[in-house]
Amino acid sequence: MAMLELENVHAYYGYIHALQGISMTVEKGEIVALIGANGAGKTTTLRTISGLLKPRQGRVLLDGEDLAKYKAHEIVYKGVAMVPEGRGIFAKLTVAENLDMGAYSRNDKKGIAEDLERVFTLFPRLKERRNQVAGTLSGGEQQMLATARALMARPRLLLMDEPSMGLAPVLVEAVFDTIQEINKKGTTILLVEQNALMALQIADRGYVLQTGEIVLSDTAEGLRQNPMVQKAYLGIE
Amino acid sequence: MKIDLERISWVDIFLWLFRIAAFVLIVVGIYNTLAAGKYTSEQWVTLIFSGLAQGSIYALIALGYTLVYGILLMINFAHGDIYMAGAFTAVFLAEYFAENGFLAAHPFIALTLLALLAGGVSMALAVLVERIAYRPLRNAPRLVPLITAIGASFSIEYTFRGLYGPGFHAYPPVPALSGSVHIGRFEVPTVQIVVLIAAVVLMAGLYFLVERTKIGKAMRAVSENQDVARLMGIDIDWVIVFTFAVGGLLAGVAGVFNGLFRPQGVYFFMGFIPGIKAFTAAVLGGIGNVPGAMVGGILLGIIEALGPNLFLEGLGIPAANQLKDAIAFTVLVLILIFRPQGIFGERLAEKKA
Ligand SMILES: Nc1ncnc2c1ncn2[C@@H]1O[C@H](COP(=O)(O)OP(=O)(O)OP(=O)(O)O)[C@@H](O)[C@H]1O
Ligand SMILES: [Mg+2]
Repeated sequence: MAMLELENVHAYYGYIHALQGISMTVEKGEIVALIGANGAGKTTTLRTISGLLKPRQGRVLLDGEDLAKYKAHEIVYKGVAMVPEGRGIFAKLTVAENLDMGAYSRNDKKGIAEDLERVFTLFPRLKERRNQVAGTLSGGEQQMLATARALMARPRLLLMDEPSMGLAPVLVEAVFDTIQEINKKGTTILLVEQNALMALQIADRGYVLQTGEIVLSDTAEGLRQNPMVQKAYLGIE
Repeated sequence: MKIDLERISWVDIFLWLFRIAAFVLIVVGIYNTLAAGKYTSEQWVTLIFSGLAQGSIYALIALGYTLVYGILLMINFAHGDIYMAGAFTAVFLAEYFAENGFLAAHPFIALTLLALLAGGVSMALAVLVERIAYRPLRNAPRLVPLITAIGASFSIEYTFRGLYGPGFHAYPPVPALSGSVHIGRFEVPTVQIVVLIAAVVLMAGLYFLVERTKIGKAMRAVSENQDVARLMGIDIDWVIVFTFAVGGLLAGVAGVFNGLFRPQGVYFFMGFIPGIKAFTAAVLGGIGNVPGAMVGGILLGIIEALGPNLFLEGLGIPAANQLKDAIAFTVLVLILIFRPQGIFGERLAEKKA
């Protein structure tokens, strides 16, 4: 059984039919990339999985269980965390307080302390700035914080919405390295990216989304070789 | 600051003239009063302490407005009546304690019980109002909960009027608080000192709650971004209920303080004026800002206490002491015109409004 499965999911914003019957799976331990142009529905897909948006039709299953009956905050307790689009850090809270909020769903003091050390090892910069107000971090540091905060939930499934957005090329490399590292330690990842080339280099499989529908799905290798993908998303003529 | 002459409108000019006029009036008034030397420093200190005590009561009520605004960007206009409900309910217990002598024999325990009862009633009512009047309308246009707030306010007022009549019920005097304390060469009524200390302790507690505890951090997270807060696993409905409960608790306790402090007693409409004044205090400090409500409340109390004697009298205005309320409302109007973001607040437009 897949860890995450979307079955014919339709989602709306008012009258806007943003997801028009999406089906996809994410297996335990995988990195799955979701690519597509602006407005294709990538963010909407992640919001639907995390429960911020409820599908009007179709089902979202986590370990085979329908998530329809859970509110967004309850889904976090089931092991799903998200790095939201635009980072969504709490600007007025300190770095340490943001990380505390990441661990809000947990009560195991010892485990939380361990994970704090772990994210500080991953992002030493955050350790230096732990008492700084998060709004004063640089864009790259805020991205690190958003990722670190999601890891503090010790998620089984991590949803990442454009973690490389707005970062300098060196930092993009670093972010993708980090994603692989997180994945190697056992976290399953669903990755939304504009930077399709990088995403398909670290992913196991990928889906291509176009105006609310999945138009392609293949292994990452297969997608990289696909002429349509090359033309539309990889900038290769 | 770069001044673009062509951009200066008549409104700007008017506002500047207004500002200058207000400033000149205050300075002239203060100068005349001080030059006349009519009041001794003892009298000023007396006024300052009564301003501090009254101001700390405003501050406790103002916190309820500011906490709710911080999270929901909404003014809970029923808050003054939530304050009344606690004060009104506790007056009956106070009468009972006074009759059986408990209030005289164990003033500390008796007052604590009164504060707990009033705080509990106001808390329960605040939670109820959130549930009935605000939660179903959370996604409605912002004018709608404002209207239900007014409805809730009237319902509470007339429920109490219906239950207990339109008359006043005075808090019985507390013997232990009737004296005065010497501070240096000044004499200050004990009740003012006790109210001030108790209010400061409560505010310190609230500050600790908001800054240090898990739920306090969650409150601040929800006030910044509800969706992201949900993604942290925060049940925002629970955080909102908690916020209303804390605001209600502080208001109820403030109601008991007020009863001790002012002899005229409680009645069903007593929440209206303090409600607006506390709202003024919250705006003065910067609505949504917790330390702002505390400072704004104390400041308003002092302005009100000193204002009549300090500058109204100096301007030759007769019966200045009866203009206390006018001072508070003038302060409100002046802040809204000149510094709508208050002392500590950011501009309202910067919020996600
Ligand atoms: N809150 C909203 N209200 C109305 N329409 C929305 C809302 N959010 C998204 N949409 C619409 O839904 C569609 C999908 O948006 P979505 O944000 O999922 O795209 P995306 O693939 O994440 O794009 P991007 O790469 O630009 O982030 C778009 O047409 C968008 O205009
Ligand atoms: Mg997006």
